[in-house]
Amino acid sequence: MDTPNQTNGAVSPQGLDLSRKPRARLIFSRAMDVLVWMVTLAALIPLVSVLYMVIRRGAGNFHWNMLWLLPPAAGVDGGGFGNALLGTIILVAIGTLVSVPIGVLTAIFLTEYSQGSKSAQLIRFCAKILSGLPSILAGVFIFGILVMNRDLHLGSWQIGGYSAMAGGLALAILMLPIIILATEEALLRVPRFLREASLALGANRTQTVLHITLPAARSTILTGVMLAVARAAGETAPIIFTAFFTSFWIGSLNEPTASMAVLIYNFSSVPYDNMVNMAWSASFVLIVVVLATNITSHLVSNRSK
Amino acid sequence: MSPQSTPSTMDESIPSSPTAQAVAFPVAPASSSSSEKAARLTAPTIIDINNVDFYYGASKALHGINFPIREKLVTAFIGPSGCGKSTLLRCLNRMNDLIDGTRIGAGSIKISGVDIYHPNVDVIELRKRVGMVFQKSNPFPKSIYENVVYGLRLQGVKDKARLDETVERSLRGAALWEEVRDRLHTSALGLSGGQQQRLCIARAIAVEPEIILMDEPCSALDPIATVKVEELIHQLKQDYTIVIVTHNMQQAGRCSDITAFFYMGKLIEIDATGKIFTNPSQKQTEDYISGRFG
Repeated sequence: MDTPNQTNGAVSPQGLDLSRKPRARLIFSRAMDVLVWMVTLAALIPLVSVLYMVIRRGAGNFHWNMLWLLPPAAGVDGGGFGNALLGTIILVAIGTLVSVPIGVLTAIFLTEYSQGSKSAQLIRFCAKILSGLPSILAGVFIFGILVMNRDLHLGSWQIGGYSAMAGGLALAILMLPIIILATEEALLRVPRFLREASLALGANRTQTVLHITLPAARSTILTGVMLAVARAAGETAPIIFTAFFTSFWIGSLNEPTASMAVLIYNFSSVPYDNMVNMAWSASFVLIVVVLATNITSHLVSNRSK
Repeated sequence: MSPQSTPSTMDESIPSSPTAQAVAFPVAPASSSSSEKAARLTAPTIIDINNVDFYYGASKALHGINFPIREKLVTAFIGPSGCGKSTLLRCLNRMNDLIDGTRIGAGSIKISGVDIYHPNVDVIELRKRVGMVFQKSNPFPKSIYENVVYGLRLQGVKDKARLDETVERSLRGAALWEEVRDRLHTSALGLSGGQQQRLCIARAIAVEPEIILMDEPCSALDPIATVKVEELIHQLKQDYTIVIVTHNMQQAGRCSDITAFFYMGKLIEIDATGKIFTNPSQKQTEDYISGRFG
């Protein structure tokens, strides 16, 4: 195979030829490179355009006082979504407080205690099914067992009817499988030799989980929790059925509450410009809040490592 | 693990050539006066391994292992990969309990007269008495100080003075104190491989065990770090009974008093290390240590 360019640095006088030649597999490789780039760009188009639209239309109309004012009446200028922002924070907080302990303990049972028993396989299977549950079903479920039973009381505390508590529980159902599966994955990634070292020093299983396995898995678990929080913060369907919506500040956890997602849903379909613009601003704030929570939790987790 | 061996297949599987030298490399046993040699074989028994059969599920990994381990001596387990030496070592502090489907089929292991597989035995108490150092150094992702006191903290020790004292004593005991005394509260993961392994030894002796099991403790270390750990083993046997699994026969020769040779789940020979390496009584032992198989 004579190369026309004999002064090419890849060919030696002794006859060793390491120069590039147009071969079928090289052409195929180049073509695949181009294809991968194009597909990546195609995947980015919807993501970037959604972000662009929310920022352009949401940030433009945003005023700081929207964060603490109540929603305006139809056709009235001004106002804000303070009650919805507070409502979303409360709903997600209830969801997190309920789902994180249950989810993390379930994952600990699955990886550290069950040793592949039948019940563990069943739990894992259920968690996987639950993670694909249409979110509206979580709302309907809570609607059926809590909201419909208006007279349901826990002591003197009414827990039936539309309430922030019911909304938070619906979100917890959606967050639970994400947290179980992410925590299980995180725990499985902790090397076996760390557990053995702990047990060989006379630790029991609980001590090993508390002192070694959980701390080592902490930042990965946190990522899973953030994923669940981000999903819950944006959920609309289960909230409409459970926390409902109000134009007023929330007074207690067994009252209905506004939320960002439902406010966006309600205001985006009305013929009043002020409300439509407010829905865009609320979308923008929701994205910023989820992003900020995410970044903060990672900073905290990395610093304490 | 190929446990279905019979004596006849075992003989066939070992190539042998009668003209080769028995000893292929120099061996320097820890000490070699004849009176000490005799003392070694008659030192009091601390672990009595009595006709032990061990199974991974249906496959038999150990066949009727039967020998005593003597107090305050270093006993080395040698043999080719899969011969059962690590399995036997991990029986001695019941680390095999962590693997599903493993069981002792027959026989017993007694430590100072207590059958450690008796249902009334508390495995946690056992593991406090029988420390372990693993093949891969495995410090916790914590500070050097917290690594050493881990075992004591588990036992609920909170007295700061006692913890400090234990850290210094253990790190001195593991010949690491001078290197780390100024950075006890920095992460253990910043230490070199050899220092990490000595930290693991310090962590094991902090809970004051009577026996220390070492599963190929130097296989991931460079020669200089290996020498340090071997010197340490030599010091530790003043206070502890040590059982070491090694693939490195020079190491067995250098730091053990007694050597046990295993092949295909069976104990082939056990004797004073000097005798095993110069004049083994079994043909298989001779073939293995002279490097003709394994």
